Amino acid sequence: MKRFIFLRLVNIIITLFIIATVTFFLMKLLPGSPFDEERLSKLSDEARLEFLAKYGLDQPVYVQYAKYIGSLIKGDLGISYYYKGQTVNALIKDRIGPSMLLGIQAVILGLSVGIILGIIAAYRHNTIWDYFTMLVAVLGVSIPNFVLAAILQFYVGLQWGLFPVAYWEGYQHTFLPTISLGVTVIAIIARFTRNEMLEVLQQDYILTAQSKGISECAVLIKHAIRNALIPVITILGPVFVSLLTGSLVIENIFSIPGIGSLFVDSIKMNDYTTIMGLTLFYSAFFILTILIVDLLYGIIDPRIRIHGRE
Amino acid sequence: MNTLLTIKNLHIHFETHVGKVQAVRGVDLSVKKGETLAIVGESGSGKSVTAKSIIGLLPKRNAMIDKGEIWFENKNLLTLNNKQMKKIRGAKIAMIFQDPMTALNPTMKVGKQVMESAIKHLNLSKKEARNKAVELLNLVGISNPETRLNQYPHEFSGGMRQRIVIAMALSCNPKLLIADEPTTALDVTIQAQILDLLKHIQKETGTAIIFITHDLGVVSNIADSVAVMYAGKIIEKGTVEEVLLKPNHPYSWGLLKSMPNLDTKGKLYSIPGSPPDMIQPLKGDAFAPRNEFALAIDYDMQPPMFKVSETHYAATWLLHPQAPKVDFIRETQDVLMKQDDKISSIDNNVLLEVKGLSKYFYLKSKQTLKAVDNIHLEIRRGETLGLVGESGCGKSTVGRTIIGLHEPTSGEIIYDNTKLTRHNQRQLTKKMQMIFQDPYSSLDPKMKVEDIIAEGLDIHHVVKDKKERKQRVEELLKTVGLQPHSASRYPHEFSGGQRQRIGIARALAIEPEFIVADEPISALDVSIQAQVINLLLKLQKENNLTLLFIAHDLSMVKYISDRIGVMYLGTIVELANSDELYKNPLHPYTQALLSAIPNANPIVEKSRERIILKGTLPSPVYPPSGCRFRTRCLLATDACEKTPEWREVETDHWVACHYA
Repeated sequence: MKRFIFLRLVNIIITLFIIATVTFFLMKLLPGSPFDEERLSKLSDEARLEFLAKYGLDQPVYVQYAKYIGSLIKGDLGISYYYKGQTVNALIKDRIGPSMLLGIQAVILGLSVGIILGIIAAYRHNTIWDYFTMLVAVLGVSIPNFVLAAILQFYVGLQWGLFPVAYWEGYQHTFLPTISLGVTVIAIIARFTRNEMLEVLQQDYILTAQSKGISECAVLIKHAIRNALIPVITILGPVFVSLLTGSLVIENIFSIPGIGSLFVDSIKMNDYTTIMGLTLFYSAFFILTILIVDLLYGIIDPRIRIHGRE
Repeated sequence: MNTLLTIKNLHIHFETHVGKVQAVRGVDLSVKKGETLAIVGESGSGKSVTAKSIIGLLPKRNAMIDKGEIWFENKNLLTLNNKQMKKIRGAKIAMIFQDPMTALNPTMKVGKQVMESAIKHLNLSKKEARNKAVELLNLVGISNPETRLNQYPHEFSGGMRQRIVIAMALSCNPKLLIADEPTTALDVTIQAQILDLLKHIQKETGTAIIFITHDLGVVSNIADSVAVMYAGKIIEKGTVEEVLLKPNHPYSWGLLKSMPNLDTKGKLYSIPGSPPDMIQPLKGDAFAPRNEFALAIDYDMQPPMFKVSETHYAATWLLHPQAPKVDFIRETQDVLMKQDDKISSIDNNVLLEVKGLSKYFYLKSKQTLKAVDNIHLEIRRGETLGLVGESGCGKSTVGRTIIGLHEPTSGEIIYDNTKLTRHNQRQLTKKMQMIFQDPYSSLDPKMKVEDIIAEGLDIHHVVKDKKERKQRVEELLKTVGLQPHSASRYPHEFSGGQRQRIGIARALAIEPEFIVADEPISALDVSIQAQVINLLLKLQKENNLTLLFIAHDLSMVKYISDRIGVMYLGTIVELANSDELYKNPLHPYTQALLSAIPNANPIVEKSRERIILKGTLPSPVYPPSGCRFRTRCLLATDACEKTPEWREVETDHWVACHYA
């Protein structure tokens, strides 16, 4: 098991290195620059060189690359080109709070509602419950979350005045963005849980459990749900991805100072170091999530647990 | 004796996409206290549905009980509500299911699963329930019960899991145990263990058993009385001796005749046609279209139950006083007396030689699974070589390696004096074909029958144009007994037996000399098995085919094969002429295997001594050193730690045992 984790960590480091390299050279290939070309050209040669030297841009590309990787190893993502004097690390640190809060709330909302809906749908297969859940699932996946966000803002925020429409000024402000993000998760999880549950309910061991004369509730909870939920863990990875991409748009719509909006802003401003830093940050986060999901799977499913030990 | 359970005039139907399926059409049945009643029938006969209706486990969505009564302890179970039914289910009536690999919850510890119903029905505390579980595991013969209670199902072998399922069912001392094909998924030697266990338990606890099966040998081993079902009705019932030795219904005759016993020679009897489609309303006797003795009245009116003796009833118009008399005993004798017309065109010309063949699989966990380890084999031109053994013994791997689906790890395969290599494989596979086990998954559902059969023709460019291709396919379909116009249909439109015929036609398409048949009949019903076997034998004679017949059903192998090889854990332990092997088995494993086959004659079956092997097949990842059978062998001594030599004891009788 330890060996497994060690190998996976090595794997992660190599993957991150490749991602860092690719994004670095992509940035170099991009047209445009973080600085105002016009104003830069008006500077005297000396001043311009001094300016470029401050950001290390006067050196050849391979030296820049070596320096970048060197500081990455130390955990330093570099200095932002746009936010004067701020390091990317500091920017992420400042902005991570709201994003994490939204993400966690959306996952909790999505998992709890999604699982419950999925179980009910499977248990009441081909009834109105089932159709309702599937409708939610189809709508949730097919309606883009920025459309949903706009609808929520207009009705719940403006018309009914239940929750604030935008900004980040207290817990109340998390409601609408959480729902906007969470609905996609609900849809994915509900659909998946329903399918797994339908599969499990047809298994012989459910029949065996029923033949013992224990209550339907006990059959469902002790025998069906656990077996149905194990595979649900595997789609947590894709769920996190959908949350990440969702947050890029949602944070902008609700004017939330999170890393999603930071990412979008940095792309608009050609802030290369921040783009690279956030790409790496997102990648690392995603890869680690997958590792945790895999480990969790092994812990929860006894069949895999044994395999790991051998 | 008093009656424990009575079923009266039970009718059940299912709502399906294609219409109403009448699964059970008026079943009358009774079970006495402490007896074993076997319900025999083919798939779709309604035997499982009847059993599930007793315990109230029919699928709620589409199953409907139209009418009938099920009386148990002065209560009509069909009128009880859910809550009352729960008190009976698991407590007074318990059920054992067919496949032990899927009947246990994979994520719950075995102990918890065994204790569950005891806690619910007997109001035991956790500790008492645990003691009870230990007691139960002891009863079903699982050693070390305290530790094993904390294990998960995947840590047990199939036979062990079935023991746990049985322990689970017994936990509240039920008055009635319903066992739905409990040994069908198991190997013969394990089946023998489980049957013995059930008999032992019945003696200890006095529970009655309803045993559902399609295997008449198993019936004769375990049953006191028998009910034969066909198309949702019981067509004959009586004591086991009455039904198996003096059957009165033509369907029971047919079933008995189509099962070869170890002495069957000549053509196997087979019931023509296939069971009726239960969606159409049936008129008259459902069996009439397949009945060679059918009377005119059979097509118009359902026969009532005629009384043969106090305990023996059969539903056939042949028992009507005015019906012509048909003597079943003489009819079967006639078949058995027909002499062996399988005059062998075998010469001693070796077609295929296998020398020191091994096939190892390298597992992800860095272990080596020695599926086949150093075997020697000769197959002569025109003969049928049977290869038998329990699941996991490597018999299928041998077939697949010979035909080139696996590359051998070491050893040689010499076909017609040419050594098989990667280069000439394509050429040689034209002469070798394979028939697969499962007719449902071995045909591509998206391809038309014509394209399935003609695929080999296309690959090897045997036919010139479309017209010839079509002609050839139609010819092949006729050869295997299907209508030529089936060519334009898809696999799902055919029954299991018909699909297996398509599989055979596919194998025959490029006129091979050698066919590997990997368990070609094990997925089929008894009456259909005989049809397929007869077809194979006919084709073999007509085309002078050489067959490698892989199976676990020993009586069928004995019937079809000229010589038989017995495999155990990756090695061949004995090889001889089939008559010789059955009369004079030398290897202790062969002896045990033969002894494990139940005999369909209940008098013989209940009186004979059987060798029951202990334990289960060791893992082929860690096979025992020396003789691989020594861990289960009754004769094993220290000498067996040395690998026994593969030697010819008598002419053409090879064995690998120190004591043979």
